[in-house]
Amino acid sequence: MNKNILTKITIHLLLLLFVVVWVLPTFGLFVSSFRDKDLLATSGWWTTFKTNEVNEIYRTKTFEDQIEENGKFFIKGNLLDKNSRKKIISYGISSKEMNKYKVNEKAILKNKTQIEISENGEYQWKSEVPFKHKRGKRIFITALSPPKFTLENYKEVLFKEGVGQAFLNTLTVAIPSTIIPLIICSFFAYALSWMKFRGRDTLFALIVASLVVPLQMCLIPLLSIYNDVGALFNIGAKSYPGVWMAHTGFGLASTTFLLRNFIKSLPSEMIEAARVDGATHYDIFLRIIIPLSVPAFASVFILQFLWVWNDLLVGLIFLDQVPSEIILTAKLRELLGSRGENWEILTTGAFVSMTVPLFIFFALQRYFIRGLVAGSVKG
Amino acid sequence: MTTTSFFLYVFLGIVVCFSYFHLSNLALDFFSQKNSNNFLKKSVLRPYIFIAPAVIILVIFILYPVVETLRLSFFNKTGFEFVGIKNYIWAAKDPEFKRAILNNLGWLLVVPTLSAFFGLVIAYLADRLWWGTIAKSIIFMPMAISFVGAGVIWKFVYDYRGPGDDQIGFLNAVVVSLGFEPQAWMTIPIWNNLFLMAIMIWIQTGLAMVIFSAALRGIPKEMIEAARIDGASEFKIFTSIIIPYLEKTILVIWTIITILVLKIFDIILAMTNGQWNTEVLANLMYDWMFRGGGDSGRGSLMAIVIMIGVIPIMIWNIRRHKEDEKS
Repeated sequence: MNKNILTKITIHLLLLLFVVVWVLPTFGLFVSSFRDKDLLATSGWWTTFKTNEVNEIYRTKTFEDQIEENGKFFIKGNLLDKNSRKKIISYGISSKEMNKYKVNEKAILKNKTQIEISENGEYQWKSEVPFKHKRGKRIFITALSPPKFTLENYKEVLFKEGVGQAFLNTLTVAIPSTIIPLIICSFFAYALSWMKFRGRDTLFALIVASLVVPLQMCLIPLLSIYNDVGALFNIGAKSYPGVWMAHTGFGLASTTFLLRNFIKSLPSEMIEAARVDGATHYDIFLRIIIPLSVPAFASVFILQFLWVWNDLLVGLIFLDQVPSEIILTAKLRELLGSRGENWEILTTGAFVSMTVPLFIFFALQRYFIRGLVAGSVKG
Repeated sequence: MTTTSFFLYVFLGIVVCFSYFHLSNLALDFFSQKNSNNFLKKSVLRPYIFIAPAVIILVIFILYPVVETLRLSFFNKTGFEFVGIKNYIWAAKDPEFKRAILNNLGWLLVVPTLSAFFGLVIAYLADRLWWGTIAKSIIFMPMAISFVGAGVIWKFVYDYRGPGDDQIGFLNAVVVSLGFEPQAWMTIPIWNNLFLMAIMIWIQTGLAMVIFSAALRGIPKEMIEAARIDGASEFKIFTSIIIPYLEKTILVIWTIITILVLKIFDIILAMTNGQWNTEVLANLMYDWMFRGGGDSGRGSLMAIVIMIGVIPIMIWNIRRHKEDEKS
């Protein structure tokens, strides 16, 4: 019996190890995208949840803000930001002795004036004679900084770096590139399953063969076709309709294959009965096949949509790399080159690009898995 | 691109596509009603209306390019002058190309094997625990992410700061805390390939896992119970019953991941762009498509080499489906 429990515990631990290894990289990215960019550049994301010790420099107010009470002169204020939630532990008034005074301890300066700083950053500076300094006095503090999260990175990335625009571009590419093949291939799949015409079996064999043809085999000739067509009509060779067609072409085999397998599995009696009643194939397709195929459509839609959303190569080759056309993945790759050390931009940009796939993943995981298991191999 | 033109574009694309099918079918109905005795003609024509767009696209986007790429691989950089097997001879001598071939072979060896192995182990473990579904969900998640996104995630994990600085990359932080020197992982030849492969394994394990998970459910429970009563250890059950039973599934997964790995491109382009001896065929091809104004001969050649790797799988696939059709 003891052995069984041991096995059970080992299984738990082993699986836990896998889960941790698999989730940590994404989790790190997610957390980092909400961190302050200066902290992000100097400390690991796993320190986010710890309270950190930070050293900072502030200046007091100048003589203009002094007040007189009972013949003594005071400058009062708060060093810290209202929302910073930092707690000062110690401070100093010269860069050589940054931690000379504990918080609430009085520091006596050379000119006999006294500074006192409390934990929340409030200070008062007392003098027997009026203050004259025009620049504030530098104060070095050591403070405990609680975990802090910000949405600044998202603002920056979405609106200044052009990722927001790229997001919209990707949508413009992805939605028609998913729906068009779905329409075309569902008719094709129906014809392959239930209609009689010459060359049907050859055509299906061709589809199975095309499933695994690498995208790379098609790029060079297609690019030159696009350039020729562009030159013929004197328009830019790269455009959204062009990219939709390309994605339709590359997704055709897998979409048809999956839909055909599904439509073929529908009961033949139903279709034959409708035929006997005089329904045309078009009626059967609209009235019977489409309503029954909704789950299959969902699977295929998700697979193709995710494929297009995550694609880089097609977007690089069939679209111009300009702000109005660049897609998210291409933008991200560009940022990796130009902002390679700005982790606040990279992590946030990557996370923005992942929002839609992750949403679909968590909302529609069942259909996604069903489609994959149904045997999708995509060229 | 403003939001309005975005909707307009999307709407237009879909409307054009749908109206083709609707209008052509209506037209067919209309004409066949006029001469109603011609019921035969109507049924003969309709399949071609159904398949026409797909077949045209198939020809333009797959069939013609495949043939053309084969032709171009025997032509010079502009594609106008026949050069015989000159491109192939060049490739055989080119060190960059050799590097890419070697790396691709390495990828082919490591990634499908480890992804399938991890996928199987996880599927097997997860099916036996109450929180297995959640675990599977998490392991599967990277499948939804783009390769470039995964690239950023792992570049962050592999990030390097000089010794003495605080490491912000997780891997180096672990290495330093164990008392070793931090490493710039992406720049260590040979090893860096393994670190890049790790990204792909991280993604593809989820795929292997869900397919295995479905297959595992098909194994008769009585068989495992019987083995257990006979006193077989868990490990023994796994190696002598489960693995032989899943032979075909393993083959399917292996082919799927092999095809993906042959074309591996995004990860390399985003992470190293082939520097530090990490070049692979697809990235080299992309490079040659534009290097020096583009060389369609050499680019095509590389596509052909990738294609050659796929052909055995293609033949096996077609055979498998023919058998399926028969039964």
